[in-house]
Amino acid sequence: MTESTPYTASELLAVMSGRLLTDGQIVFAGVGIPLLAATLAQRLHGPGLTILFEGGTLGPFVVAGELPPSTNEQRCTRRANMLLPITDVLLLLQRGYVDVGFMGGAQVDRYGNLNSSFLGEPSNPAVRLPGTGGGNDIASLTQMIVAMKHEKRRFVERVDFVTSPGFLAGGTTRADAGLVSGGVFKVVTDLAVLGFDATTKAMKVDALHPGVTPDQVRDNTGFDLHIDDSPTVTEPPTDAELQVLRHLDPERLYTA
Amino acid sequence: MGQSYLELREATAARDRSLREKVMTLEEAANLVNNGDHVAIGGCTLSRTPFALIWALIRAGKSDLSFSRSITSTEGDLIFASGIGKHILTSWFSQGIVWGISKIMRAYTESNRAQFEEWSHMSIGLRYRAGAMGVPFMPMRSMMGSDVAAQLDNLKEIDCPFTGEKVILVPALNPDVALIHVQRCDAYGNAQIDGLQFMDIDIAMAANKVIMTTERIVSNDQIRRSPDQTKIPFIAVDGVVEVPYGCAPHECFGMYEPFFDHLDMYATLTKEKSEEGVAEYLEKFVRGPADWSEYLSLLGMADILDASRRGRSIYND
Repeated sequence: MTESTPYTASELLAVMSGRLLTDGQIVFAGVGIPLLAATLAQRLHGPGLTILFEGGTLGPFVVAGELPPSTNEQRCTRRANMLLPITDVLLLLQRGYVDVGFMGGAQVDRYGNLNSSFLGEPSNPAVRLPGTGGGNDIASLTQMIVAMKHEKRRFVERVDFVTSPGFLAGGTTRADAGLVSGGVFKVVTDLAVLGFDATTKAMKVDALHPGVTPDQVRDNTGFDLHIDDSPTVTEPPTDAELQVLRHLDPERLYTA
Repeated sequence: MGQSYLELREATAARDRSLREKVMTLEEAANLVNNGDHVAIGGCTLSRTPFALIWALIRAGKSDLSFSRSITSTEGDLIFASGIGKHILTSWFSQGIVWGISKIMRAYTESNRAQFEEWSHMSIGLRYRAGAMGVPFMPMRSMMGSDVAAQLDNLKEIDCPFTGEKVILVPALNPDVALIHVQRCDAYGNAQIDGLQFMDIDIAMAANKVIMTTERIVSNDQIRRSPDQTKIPFIAVDGVVEVPYGCAPHECFGMYEPFFDHLDMYATLTKEKSEEGVAEYLEKFVRGPADWSEYLSLLGMADILDASRRGRSIYND
């Protein structure tokens, strides 16, 4: 293990998220950090990992330096096993073929609910955001990994709008609402890897990244967060991981 | 929209579904769209967008149209800013992740001058599919418990009559018109699609009218040599227009990738000058050119060649 290579916050996100994926999984990935993380995992420890893209691609091979601008362009289809209609690729989530969904969001709250629709009061928003896309379907129907920057304005007590459901109001409320499967598996940030309490479904810190203090995490979180007295610390990104990432995204479109 | 099942069938029965030539100009195709229609747009985000048809609708000065699309990119900005429509039903609306949030979408929706009706991506797909299947709704298992569902008034949560499980029912969507762009189509409307299909087949089969633009018109004999490649049949198509580069500045699979320099220019223009910027863009690139060829000339040979080189490279080993 070497710590010689400096890395950006986005690279840290991609590396830490990629490590959560295991060989053989079927991963529904958006562009940006999710795609980089899934591809990194595929190249380093999960050659049997299958990527799905919302645009209708099953099992592609992402070409380094040609990262797609969305999950719906021809660049997503390189060496894919199958192309299928959007509705049918989304139905794979409902049928139960997908192990992990991978996404970001503008806001996340204590129970892992994500907002990508409105900042402020939805009927009179300060900012109209681009919306759910497939986020709501992915969050409703599979285990989700969320990757985002750890900032107080993003980690809020209650999201302004539940675009993609996490554990709703905690406890059994997700299943009670009819979402009987899935949930938020992990939230990965540039400060920590976070999980959820088995009973209350409240977010908690699983591990801090190297050099990060518990206070730093608390200061950047808008709600009370459980952190163990002597928390686990993640291994910093390795040279091998950073090399693959920089090979995939040489122009630093997503990792600047 | 709002048709009963019998009205839907009557409208279909009234269409000339014979094997007949239906090649027309962009202007004639635009005339098939009536003010007030609900128009479904094929493709997704930057891909196989029927850009020439939207361009023609703006030039024809259409009004009060409502639109739906799986994911909406720059064509949504142009719809709002040109005034042809104030209502877009979609799951995601902005130019593309790398360009950030659309300034134009924000300006129009935040001031309530236009509506972005947000549904989950799968729910839109199932609404078109129900429309294509001739059933009134589809059940689904996402959206429950979310605010996306809470703010929509035309979906229903029920207990499944067989299992007792909670499911959401989404209503069929039968657009008045579907606009679709493909790589190949014959004069009768038999359309062959390469690459990603998006929701185009369901959109076409759900709609009451289908306008097809195509990179090239091929013979019916050629279609009959590979009928397995025909994704939308002539019986569902009402107009065929041959429009080379008909998605530009967006992508058409295997032919051209997005015109990235042009899209960067558009993003900068709208970021810096917002509504004034999009007005300039509409004047220069949509209302100004004499015809589609002149529009392509404005995009420029360098960009066309660059997009084409990248587009064709999908077939390289």
